[in-house]
Amino acid sequence: MPDRAYRAAPPGALRAEPLGELTAIFDRRSMQTHLVVSPMPEMLNAMDDVPCDATALTARLAAVFDLDGEGDTRAIIAERLGELAAMGLVERA
Amino acid sequence: MKHSTRIAVGPVQFRIGSDWAGPIAALGHLYAGYPQDDTRSADATVRLFAARPWRRWLRPSVHIGGDFVVPDALPLPLSMGLLAAEMAMNLQVALGWRRHMLLHASAVARDGRALLMSGESGSGKSTLAALLGERDWRLMGDEFTLIDPASGDALAFPRAISLKNEAIAEVAARVDPARLGPLLAATPKGDIRHLIPRADAIACMHKPARPALLLFPRFGGDVAVERMGEGEAFVRLTEASTNYVALGEAGFAALTRLVRETPSFGISYPDSATGIALVEQLWAEAVK
Repeated sequence: MPDRAYRAAPPGALRAEPLGELTAIFDRRSMQTHLVVSPMPEMLNAMDDVPCDATALTARLAAVFDLDGEGDTRAIIAERLGELAAMGLVERA
Repeated sequence: MKHSTRIAVGPVQFRIGSDWAGPIAALGHLYAGYPQDDTRSADATVRLFAARPWRRWLRPSVHIGGDFVVPDALPLPLSMGLLAAEMAMNLQVALGWRRHMLLHASAVARDGRALLMSGESGSGKSTLAALLGERDWRLMGDEFTLIDPASGDALAFPRAISLKNEAIAEVAARVDPARLGPLLAATPKGDIRHLIPRADAIACMHKPARPALLLFPRFGGDVAVERMGEGEAFVRLTEASTNYVALGEAGFAALTRLVRETPSFGISYPDSATGIALVEQLWAEAVK
């Protein structure tokens, strides 16, 4: 599967509120509320307006968090990126 | 409309019109002790009208209308005009209110702090609120609770309490019969009898209360108490709110604040006495 690149939503577009194990994200553009779990909030925090693929994002997260099984992690991050894009929380670059 | 009245319940001023005198007279009895302010403009309009002009006399059947209309709202026979009025009032508030977040929850208060109970029909939230309201609690509402997005406070919506089925006998045994409305037998919601809230609850219906405890009751089964995480409480309350989506970010902020600041529990209880004991115990811990 090609490693697609994504960029974060524009600054101020999302409002994230951690609620225990869930994080509620309000998208000011669509007025929709999304509920996500780890690692999605961490992924969103690690992204900005520079396009970033799963490999780069995994490296960024590995610098901050203790990730195990690097190969699997990249595949999981790639899948979660696709889900975040489907929710409109990140954009295809 | 031939017959009309105005009723203020909490912050909502209703204007109710009817083709018949009966439902307006019944509302007049239930809401006689509520403050009247006819100079205020109406926030919600409710109309009970005959399906066709001649039906008013032939086989009377009440249709519900107002600012918002649910197309498949059932016409009810005139004997259930009071129920139709109540359903219509609920509908107008549920669909039209924007000033506060509306939660499908009952509420009672003590010492300026509120206990909110959210659950579907049959969960026992209304009966528990009615019974607590006859003890040393102030009844805020048996069906809806309003949350002020700016302050996070709960506001009362103390409409006449709608007692259903078994709850009718249980509550009727404890109150002055003058506070009960007529028995509406075999309605689409079962047997219904309205209870006028205590005068002190009506007198302070504009007084906000800070939420201190959030319960999700479930009537029936063994006693169980389960602490609920903020995320689950948030999800359940988005489902219990009729205007969460319409309020946009204000609703989001109000709800995240509510679940963060208020401890939440799911409770199961086999009977009302046990339910009340559980509530008192959890309340004592919450306000400690």
